[in-house]
Amino acid sequence: MNDTSVQGAAVSVRGRIAWRVTTVVDSVPETPRARTLVLDVPGWPGHRAGQHVDVRLTAEDGYQAQRSYSIASAPESARVALTVERLDDGEVSPYLTDELRAGDRLELRGPIGGYFVWDVALAGPLLLVAGGSGIVPLMAMLRHRAAALATAGADARHSEPARLLYSCRKWDEVIYRDELARLVEGDPTLDVTLTLTREAPAGWTGLRRRIDRMMLAEVAWPPPERPNVFVCGPTPLVEAVAAALVELGHDPARVKTERFGPTGGSRAQGATGRQQWTVR
Amino acid sequence: MDGAMRASNERSSADERVAEERVGEALRLDGNAAAGILSEVFAPDLTTARATCANCGTARPVGALLVYAHGMGVVVRCPGCDAVVLRVARTPTKVWLDLTGARHVVIVATAPPA
Repeated sequence: MNDTSVQGAAVSVRGRIAWRVTTVVDSVPETPRARTLVLDVPGWPGHRAGQHVDVRLTAEDGYQAQRSYSIASAPESARVALTVERLDDGEVSPYLTDELRAGDRLELRGPIGGYFVWDVALAGPLLLVAGGSGIVPLMAMLRHRAAALATAGADARHSEPARLLYSCRKWDEVIYRDELARLVEGDPTLDVTLTLTREAPAGWTGLRRRIDRMMLAEVAWPPPERPNVFVCGPTPLVEAVAAALVELGHDPARVKTERFGPTGGSRAQGATGRQQWTVR
Repeated sequence: MDGAMRASNERSSADERVAEERVGEALRLDGNAAAGILSEVFAPDLTTARATCANCGTARPVGALLVYAHGMGVVVRCPGCDAVVLRVARTPTKVWLDLTGARHVVIVATAPPA
C-alpha cells in the first residue's frame, strides 16, 4: 500500500489523530469467537480507559473498510490491546480474528473519544454493565483501576469501589473470565456478577436471565451514592439497561453508554467470496 | 429563501429517517461512534463538547447524542426530540459538515487531565 496516494483528500482535512501502521505482537484467543490483538504502536500518545480506535483495511483495488474497536488494555500498559469478536458475516472481524498473525501490520487511528472514559481521578463508586463483547472498554477501566490502586492504600480502594454486571449468552463466551476471577480474588472492593442468558454449565447457581430492573436494583449502588455508570453492549441491551437505571433514580448524566452494532457499509458480496486485504 | 431551504432540509431528513428505520435499531449508536469522523474536521475531541439542539434547546455532550452510521458518514440526532443535530459525510474528495441542527457547540478550551 502506498500511503501517499491512498487518501490524498483526507490529508487536507487531517485532524490531530493520524492513521498509523502498527505491528501485531500477539494474537491471543479469549473465547471461541474472540481474540485479543496485542499491538506495537510506534508513537502512541497514550490513552484513557474507555477510548477506542478506528481500524482500516485496504483491498488491492483501493477499497477500504473501517471499523471501531474498543481498547482493552490499561493506559498503564506499554502496548495497545484490542479484543475483537468475530461476526461470521462480518467484513472486517473475521480477518482480524482468523487471519492476522504476529508480525502482520494493521492500520489504525486513535485514541478516539473523550466522553466514554473513566479514570481513578473520577471519585466515587464505579458501576459497569456489559453485554457480550461490551466488556472490552470496561475491562480497560478495571485494569486501569487495578494498576492505579495497586500502589495506593486500602483507603483509596474503599473510596472507589467497583461493581461489574456482565451478561453473556454462555459460559464459554465470557471474555476475560480467568482474569476477572483473579481481580476479584485480590480486591475486596471489586464485585463481579455474571448472568448467563442462553446456556449455563451444570451446577451453575448464578443468574440465568437478561439484565432487568430488579437485577440492577440489587447490583447497583443506590442513586444517592452517585455511582459513575458505564454501560456497553449491543444497542437493545444498552437501551434497556440505561432506561432501567434512570427509572431507578440514577441521574441520566451519570449513565454513560456505548452501543455497538454493525457499523459502516460493506461492499456487496461479489462472486469472489471473502475480501482479500493487503495490509503491508 | 429560508422556507425553501427548510423544506428541502426536512425532506432529506424524512428520507434519512426512512432509511434509518429500515436498518433498524441495531444501527443506533452513541455520539462516541462519531468521534473518529469528527476528528477529521475538528482538532479537539468533540464528544465532550456540549451541543444545544436547535429544535428543543436541550444541551448535551455530543457523546450522549444518538448516531446513525451509514456508508458515507453519520447522522447525529437529539435523544430528547429526535431532531438531526449534525451530519457528517465523506466523499472521496470532500468532508461535508451540516451543523444547522445545533444552536451552538461549546468546546472546552483546556484538555481534561490525562
